Amino acid sequence: MDHSNISLTLEVWRQESASANGKFVTYKVDDVSPEMSFLEMFDVLNERLIREGQDPIAFDHDCREGICGSCSMHINGRPHGPWHATTVCQLHMRAFKNGDTIVVEPWRAKSFPVIKDLMVDRSAFDRIIQAGGYVSVNTGNVNGVDANAIPVEKDKADTAFAAATCIGCGACVAACKNSSAMLFMSAKVSHLALLPQGAPERKDRVLNMVAQMDKEGFGSCTFTGACEAVCPKEISITNISRLNKEYLNAGMTVDKR
Amino acid sequence: MSLTGLFLISFLIIHVCINACIFNDLFYPEDDGDMFNRAAHFMATSMVVRTLEYGLFIGFIIHIIQGYVLEAKNLSRRGKGYKINLANKGSKWYSRTMGLLGTLLLLFLIMHISHFWVPSRITGLEEVEGKNYHNLFILMVDVFHNPVIVVLYVLGCISLAYHLLHGFQSAFRTLGMHNTRYIGMIKGIGTAFSIIVPFVFALMPISIYMDWIGRN
Repeated sequence: MDHSNISLTLEVWRQESASANGKFVTYKVDDVSPEMSFLEMFDVLNERLIREGQDPIAFDHDCREGICGSCSMHINGRPHGPWHATTVCQLHMRAFKNGDTIVVEPWRAKSFPVIKDLMVDRSAFDRIIQAGGYVSVNTGNVNGVDANAIPVEKDKADTAFAAATCIGCGACVAACKNSSAMLFMSAKVSHLALLPQGAPERKDRVLNMVAQMDKEGFGSCTFTGACEAVCPKEISITNISRLNKEYLNAGMTVDKR
Repeated sequence: MSLTGLFLISFLIIHVCINACIFNDLFYPEDDGDMFNRAAHFMATSMVVRTLEYGLFIGFIIHIIQGYVLEAKNLSRRGKGYKINLANKGSKWYSRTMGLLGTLLLLFLIMHISHFWVPSRITGLEEVEGKNYHNLFILMVDVFHNPVIVVLYVLGCISLAYHLLHGFQSAFRTLGMHNTRYIGMIKGIGTAFSIIVPFVFALMPISIYMDWIGRN
């Protein structure tokens, strides 16, 4: 494998503030190690911009281990870039060739307004989780019952765990032609609907979360499958069908609405 | 969308079965479309069927309005678009263009209604000689000897095939079917349905235009 450093041209979306008009700015980046992560390449570029007295490019990041869901760049037409099931922070520069031009954009959805450059406001996801993505039973072995002491069928536990791996990055919304948040929301609904700890709020949860999603202005799911294809955690679209079942069941049986 | 879609799918099964009666002419040319005419006569005179016909029109109207409302609502959610957008590579083109395919089908439907439903129900048709029912078969033979109409009908059937290819399985998923085995089964049945039904429909104008049937 070739380990030679590469030179790249970046076209990056720059936007001063939420209300400002943005534009693409071109940067030449030389001597990029293929072992660098995509975010490290941005760090190097930002250090140069700071040295030159320019405003560094704002982008979200935290753990850089693919688990926090903070990084959110639309790279060459795909959320999180060209590698399958990989977040931007886990994307390495060996994915690109010497001389490549890389177009980097923020997530695009009215519900994810741009804060600055490549940072978008994803607090709509927080509000959806606040609407129902929680359990009210005590857990842990101090004040409650150790979760491991509650019997759960293996297949349900596995499916719940797979759904729970959603990191809430928003790539599903970014990719969906309808800007729908259904994959994100269905992951949380499925995760908690499959486990006994999620049972007390099961019906209210799905009704409240869907209502909040609509309030936030996300689109509807039309099952195109684009969300599943770009999800860095490979959340299955089957979760959306389960959410629909949960919603129909709750809608037909909850009295207080 | 899913409920009206499934209702319209059930209508397609009846429609294709009734219309397939014209193929009796392939095996018994002396039948001269009589089997089809009798089936069409039953559909036109049965009170149950006529009542269901109102339901069918309502089903179409609700499906069309819901489709456009959904499309308009979803299109407005993006705001500024991407400079490069390859994210849709993970989805099929026909899944992303259900609105466009539906519009093509709506245009096809208007043409189809004006060709057959309007003469049959409103403006009137000649009756089969010595019988007290309409000769819808003669009208079909007449309409499908125009090559432009045949091409439009075949294009309509292709649009229907792709619309069903997404719509069939999507309807079941929307209604909450999430069992992996059943989803696989529904995908298989949906694919077969989406190919067979439009193919049989397309075969009708082609067969008549090619004089495989209706030669008498």
